[in-house]
Amino acid sequence: MLNTYVVYVENKPGVLTRVASLFRRRAFNIDSLTVGRTEKPEVSRMTITVDADHDQARRIEANLYKLVNVLLVENITHQPAIVRDLAMIKVAATHEARSHVLELASVFRARVVDVAPDSLTIEITGAEDKIDGLLEVLRPYGVLEMVRTGIVAMRRGKSSTLGSTTGPDEGVPEEDVSHSV
Amino acid sequence: MSDKSATSKSVTVKSMSGASILWECLEREGVTSVFGYPGGAILPAYDALKGSKIHHILVRHEQGATHMADGYARASGQVGVAVATSGPGATNMVTGIATAMLDSSPIVCITGQVGSKLIGSDAFQETDITGVTLPITKHNYLVTHASEVARTIREAFYVARSGRPGPVLVDITKDAQQTICEFDWEAAKPQLPGYRPDLSPEPKEYEQALELIHNSKRPVILAGHGIIISGAMNEVREFAERAGIPVALTLLGLGAFPASHPLNLGMMGMHGEAWVNHTIQEADLLLAFGMRFDDRVTGNLKTYASNAKKIHIEIDPAEINKNVKVDVPLVGDLREVLHELLPHVESIDRSEWLDSIDKLKGDAAVRDIQNLPDSGHLYAAHVINDLWRETRAGDAIVVTDVGQHQMWEAQYYKHEKARSLITSGGLGTMGFALPAAIGAKVARPEAEVWVVVGDGGFQMTLCELATIVQEKLKVNIAIINNGFLGMVRQWQEFFYERNYAATPLLNPDFAKLGEAYGIRSMTVTERSQVVPAVRTAREHDGPVLLNFRVEQEDTVYPMVAAGASLHEMIRRPSKIVETAEDE
Repeated sequence: MLNTYVVYVENKPGVLTRVASLFRRRAFNIDSLTVGRTEKPEVSRMTITVDADHDQARRIEANLYKLVNVLLVENITHQPAIVRDLAMIKVAATHEARSHVLELASVFRARVVDVAPDSLTIEITGAEDKIDGLLEVLRPYGVLEMVRTGIVAMRRGKSSTLGSTTGPDEGVPEEDVSHSV
Repeated sequence: MSDKSATSKSVTVKSMSGASILWECLEREGVTSVFGYPGGAILPAYDALKGSKIHHILVRHEQGATHMADGYARASGQVGVAVATSGPGATNMVTGIATAMLDSSPIVCITGQVGSKLIGSDAFQETDITGVTLPITKHNYLVTHASEVARTIREAFYVARSGRPGPVLVDITKDAQQTICEFDWEAAKPQLPGYRPDLSPEPKEYEQALELIHNSKRPVILAGHGIIISGAMNEVREFAERAGIPVALTLLGLGAFPASHPLNLGMMGMHGEAWVNHTIQEADLLLAFGMRFDDRVTGNLKTYASNAKKIHIEIDPAEINKNVKVDVPLVGDLREVLHELLPHVESIDRSEWLDSIDKLKGDAAVRDIQNLPDSGHLYAAHVINDLWRETRAGDAIVVTDVGQHQMWEAQYYKHEKARSLITSGGLGTMGFALPAAIGAKVARPEAEVWVVVGDGGFQMTLCELATIVQEKLKVNIAIINNGFLGMVRQWQEFFYERNYAATPLLNPDFAKLGEAYGIRSMTVTERSQVVPAVRTAREHDGPVLLNFRVEQEDTVYPMVAAGASLHEMIRRPSKIVETAEDE
């Protein structure tokens, strides 16, 4: 099954390579990986989805923790979470089809971000299945180009708290990496 | 010495070059010797070496430097250090780094790198060595500013030796070595917010483990390298004695539990003793102490110890349930975990179980060869067993290479103490023994160091004979010379219809070769000459090379074929015993 991890890493050169290399090295296949800034400039946040069974999922987490630059790993697969993917879809839209496409976009609460004589570009944000749904109904009109970001995810309600930056002398107490409400 | 004031407390900040900071930090980390080879991008560091108390040992190939650092680490438990230049110097280290990674050996490799402005330009001798070594280091660093040198070195040593130890590579650009900056040791504390080497089990996991132990009728301890790394030899012994549990060892575990102890069963696995493998298959509880269920010790996982519950005490959580599903994992430092367990371990009479194992031991075909009458044939087992008899009273370290001789050493040399056997287990690196022995001798100059190496592996790194001579090291070398890549030949014998493709070796006269290096050398062809040769070597004031011309097509028994079940062993045919008298 698909497992979704939220991984906090140090914002340092080469960390993305280390994480990606780990999945390749251990023969786990990444379905999606996104990385970006967080509220702390020294911390980056990744959302990674991987196809893995229960034991593999545990080993992925343990192996991620072995990377020195990884701060916190959360497997949010079985937790209430907001999961979002963003897609831009360029659809062939001739004069007669244009109004149909616009109608479909509005049903899916997607936005038209570019209009050209023979195409429309639609931006949609949402869970992956919602985007898949829009894609399916647009396909008959002719999808000329599409790009998706891959998912970003955040747990509902309680937030993850990263411990303060500590050296090895102090260590990182368990509480600092646990989840506070 | 220009850096001396930096060590006094009154002056804590001082202007120094990155290169001088490097050596100063190594000294402060307790380093007294490094193994290295100079070159363009590391020259500023070599230039600054004259201001340091550290002894530099010039190797003949950078692979040798990494194996020496590894041997140093395994002999002493301290971090070993190897130094090389950029590009080919750094890539030559790759095999040694991978060897240290697979066997959890703490080494720090320092490499020079082209100037930071040149990075990415395919400059002369530029290699992305942090990229190359990413999957075979515990962690690695690219340092582009002198101001980063101190913290990076401190972090490298801390990461290398803590938790599950491993190799750390620090790649330092030429300009970072040359630039002058302020050096402040105190301020350069490691900053590793995500690094958690100190895990410990939950209380309920201890309770579950104790329940399994107390309910077990047929338990076995599987003793691995982790015991030696953790320094838990006494705790394991106390545990085994109190609970009355027999101990089987992995190859890298040899020495972790005394060979002569009544509860010691011997080595497990592919070339382990038959009774040990049978005992594991019949056990109702496995206590895995600092071992990782490598395929060479489990055989077919589907049939491995299928009636046994498993307790896994292991410092690396990523090893839990990797190969073998365990019932109770205790993740933490073995010594600390055993300290927690020991007061609660009940003394239980397991004589019935121990007696049944003794019955299995009666079948000791593997020992036949050492008890053979002298029929003129020289077997590797004779050499190794005689070497053991001659050196057992002392404080000897045997460093083996990879192949048949390695397995015979494990079978016929009885290791009583931790760190008395150094060998490449996980990666199986031929060419490891000679340089690793140099590292071991540098780490423990008082110890008697023996290299036991095949004729194939010896020729992979024999250039380090020159290092032995230049450093005036008393290292004795026993070449088990059968004129074959013996272990590969054995696989061809069993699994490729004796098609000995590319395994016969046309060798030089190793004794003449040794003499050419200025090393006293002898060739031994008969069993009666073995003990006198070993004695001569021990008495000689300087390195000695013994070229033992042994039986060419001898085979390591017993053997569990790759992928076979652990109890399905290929045994020594009794015919072999006759062969020794026939021919």
